[in-house]
Amino acid sequence: MVDFAGWEMPVQYSGILAEHKSVREEVGVFDISHMGEFFVGGPGSVAWLDSLLTNNVASLSDGAAQYSLMLNERGGVIDDLIVYRLGAEKFLLVVNASMIEEDAAWLNSHMAGGIEFENASGRFGALAVQGPSAAGIFEKLFGRKMPDERNRILQLGENFVVTTGYTGEAGFEWIMPAGEAVAAWGRCLEAGAKPCGLGARDTLRLEMCYPLNGSDLSPDRTPLEAGLGFFVDLNKPDFVGKSALVAQKGAGVSTRLCALRVTEKAPPIRPHYPVWIGGNPVTETTSGALSPSLGDGIALAYLPSGFSKPGQEVEIEVRGRKFRACVRKKPLYQKET
Amino acid sequence: MNENLRYSETHEWILVEGDTGTIGISDHAQAELTDIVFAEPPPVGRILVAGDVAAVVESVKAASDIYSPVSGEVIARNGAVEETPALLNTDPFGAGWIYKIRLSNPGELAKLKDPAAYSAQIGA
Repeated sequence: MVDFAGWEMPVQYSGILAEHKSVREEVGVFDISHMGEFFVGGPGSVAWLDSLLTNNVASLSDGAAQYSLMLNERGGVIDDLIVYRLGAEKFLLVVNASMIEEDAAWLNSHMAGGIEFENASGRFGALAVQGPSAAGIFEKLFGRKMPDERNRILQLGENFVVTTGYTGEAGFEWIMPAGEAVAAWGRCLEAGAKPCGLGARDTLRLEMCYPLNGSDLSPDRTPLEAGLGFFVDLNKPDFVGKSALVAQKGAGVSTRLCALRVTEKAPPIRPHYPVWIGGNPVTETTSGALSPSLGDGIALAYLPSGFSKPGQEVEIEVRGRKFRACVRKKPLYQKET
Repeated sequence: MNENLRYSETHEWILVEGDTGTIGISDHAQAELTDIVFAEPPPVGRILVAGDVAAVVESVKAASDIYSPVSGEVIARNGAVEETPALLNTDPFGAGWIYKIRLSNPGELAKLKDPAAYSAQIGA
């Protein structure tokens, strides 16, 4: 068990490799009760959220969810989150566990008239069911077919079931009142999902190059540098951080978060390993692991834009020795079809 | 459990025959680490002092240093665990040995734990 933002959570149940494989090939279930839940409602909540978050909330249809970011005035990332539209002026925001208090304080500091805001993090638990067989679990649990489309919300009272995830596989995330979470976990296992811990959650997301806030995202890095421009609508009238991003885009983005794959036999790559180009240390890895699917070390690192193209050769330093690696196109793992 | 094995507090085992010791990690250690995916035994000829970092093993999640339980010169390294690190998981007391050392101070063995004392340490 490890401490994760104040939650005691298992790194693994049966083993990271086995858990990782079951999500890629069958189905696994993760306890993600540590994630934070905020409810936003009231007249003007669409415009309010659009003035605070990078993605376009107005364009989000009822019953759908979108990935978005909360920035500081410098355009740096405070947090990344999922915005669920539950109704015309009713939203659920799911934020990172380590950022619950800070995000809530930040939203409250930008409060506008008529907005109802509730930090409901303590009231809710959540599970993520992920893998090619997740649809079967969904059917067993909810007696209906899982939507094929990503980001669709099924709301059953205070249960929110959404076809989202952090693994690159099909599946859903299920937010429920905290008192129902233990039984829900048991039902997922009964239905055939394998219990998975934080370790596999990290290797799965890293193979997909999904950033982890606090590691790959930080208040000193913008979403443009992190390769998340798709989730930033610079055509919106305004949002916190927009002017900094417009300026950065105009000047040219000089640093980019790149996916690296080791090209020789090497120890597993870890965060904060130095990255060298042409004999010079240029940066360090922000995330790193041995990819269970690929069998090689993989990492993310912010590289100067001139060295950020796929095919760029770099070296990653492990305990004083350098190992060859290469910038690769994201995601590092692609399902065989 | 082999009664002749001696253990360090940091979960290495040593089997001494004459002036030679064979060193690996305990079953408890491999179970805690799980999924060992990288191992690097020390080079032959390296002189180690008891407590020195002799090798590194890494699981998917973390790197762990392996400390030499005794002082001496490395006289053999197990290339098989470098090729197939999972041997440390599947056969920690056999094919998963890491290196052999020529003891320079056999008196150090008295500081190590016998199987009963080690079992008590790990609560087995």
